[in-house]
Amino acid sequence: MIQQRGTEIKKRSQWLGYMRRNYILYLFLAPAVILTIIFKYVPMYGAIIAFKNFSPRKGIMGSEWVGFEHFQRFLSSPNFYDILMNTLKLSAYGLILGFPVPILLALMLNLIRGAKIKKNIQLIVYAPNFISVVVVTGMLFVFLSPAGVVNALITSFTGKPVSFMSDPAYFRTVYILSGIWQTAGWSSIIYVATLANVDPQLHDAATIDGASLLKRIRHIDLPALKPVMAVLFILAAGGIMSIGYEKAFLMQTALNTPTSEIIATYVYKVGLQAGDYAYSTAIGLFNSVINVILLVFVNTVVKRLNEGEGLY
Amino acid sequence: MDIQYSGKDRMLLVVTYILLGLFILVILFPLVYVVLASFLTPNVLITKGLAIAPSDWTVTGYVKILSNNAMIRGFFNAVLYSAAFALATVFFSVFAAYPLSIEGLAGKRPVMIFFLITMFFGGGLIPTYLVVKDLGMLNTVWAVILPGAISVFNIILAKTYFQGLPKELFQAASIDGASELGIFFRIVLPLSKPIIFVLALYAFVGQWNSYFDAMIYLEDSRLFPLQLVLRSILIQNQVQPGMIADALAQAELKKLSEMIKYSSIVISSLPLIVMYPFFQKYFEKGAMVGSIK
Repeated sequence: MIQQRGTEIKKRSQWLGYMRRNYILYLFLAPAVILTIIFKYVPMYGAIIAFKNFSPRKGIMGSEWVGFEHFQRFLSSPNFYDILMNTLKLSAYGLILGFPVPILLALMLNLIRGAKIKKNIQLIVYAPNFISVVVVTGMLFVFLSPAGVVNALITSFTGKPVSFMSDPAYFRTVYILSGIWQTAGWSSIIYVATLANVDPQLHDAATIDGASLLKRIRHIDLPALKPVMAVLFILAAGGIMSIGYEKAFLMQTALNTPTSEIIATYVYKVGLQAGDYAYSTAIGLFNSVINVILLVFVNTVVKRLNEGEGLY
Repeated sequence: MDIQYSGKDRMLLVVTYILLGLFILVILFPLVYVVLASFLTPNVLITKGLAIAPSDWTVTGYVKILSNNAMIRGFFNAVLYSAAFALATVFFSVFAAYPLSIEGLAGKRPVMIFFLITMFFGGGLIPTYLVVKDLGMLNTVWAVILPGAISVFNIILAKTYFQGLPKELFQAASIDGASELGIFFRIVLPLSKPIIFVLALYAFVGQWNSYFDAMIYLEDSRLFPLQLVLRSILIQNQVQPGMIADALAQAELKKLSEMIKYSSIVISSLPLIVMYPFFQKYFEKGAMVGSIK
């Protein structure tokens, strides 16, 4: 029945016979394929409304083409520069500050000798990852409110509270630091695993040769981490435009929009709140295009720095 | 093993322990504070610090939360959605991954490319919303479960796992006359419990913690999952009617609403935090296969 398993099927007639005999396998694929067409490919096709004057009454096909009008409108709108810069700054700063923390954490965890203590520390540092963004943002609001615990401490020193959640000056700091609090431990898993796979003989040999801990970290541990670091960095940098907007959206208040309005929150506002479907889709598309360009760019740079090893 | 550390090494170790200790404190402080504040009014915590008297403790926050219909309904909706989502995710991923794991399946490459494309390109928020709307799924549970249930990533995870199963088993079964269906249900699935468990666990937790899809697709507040109810309490400051009696003075009211916030944080996070130490090794396994791929 499945004699061909493991052998390559080349000729067309063989293909058809194979498919007929193993039709059940193709039936297995059907649900996922159908769902993907409906929820991924149809929306991709629907994205052409970015180039149309979309009216729900006329449908996607019936609406007339307007070319790049929506894109031009966005690029020439007075908020364009601010929104773009907010998006770029929020994720670039987040990447610069957040990327090294899990690596440092993994290197430190690797120095802990007792397996049991190490496990317990890991249990604690991973925990925030299992708290939802709604709850983390809610915690930020209650902790950082003028009457909250953080301000109680600040007031006792300076005499006046800081309005963290409404002052645009603090949005990025709060967003990025709370992000590190929540994800650094969890992100360190992959580095911890990589370090655990380093051959202990390398360390033993280096110790006998009189290498200090710091030297061993620099010449044994860091090189071992390099390939993982490169891949994760490219992925993170490639996703620079699509930062976790769910949290930005939750943290946004009427007062902090000068720094908290990013492309993703703007797409939501223009599209679902104001109902300007076509314009919103154009902005989203603009976002994805920049994302792909960034991914390609960063991959090229990292490849050059990393002796030809990149994501692709 | 006994390692002799030099003075410099010992310094580094001391610094490491101090830094790790600080990091753990930073992680734990908010969590412990939330739990304490849910039993004490935050005011008491701030003004009295550790000089808390037994009379300061109260479970009012919890009583209010547990007698709130929106919260209870949200909790059960979340359990239902997360379970259904986990089931759907496992179903779609496992069935799609099995054929793709078979060497020499005709048409495997194009199907794989068909799935992979969706990892890099998407229609975006509005076109996806329009599809859900046109399907008449707005304000139904389907909108929360179906669009996200298919993930290329999960298909790849399951496929990689299946490829690692011993091929001799399949061949032996095939010679014994087992059908493709028989092989899948009697050999592959029983051997795949670990990956199925990891997929289900991740899907469940992901759905439990998510709010965005529910927010854009659901209108009827009776359908809201827990996170949406929490959002209104924690972020939009809408303490539900009935939670606080009108007669209370303004200051009392504020105190109580803060407490309600803290206890709702605890109640909503409790199931996952309690579960998590038992499942830690599975979560770790999932995170690792996920990131190496």
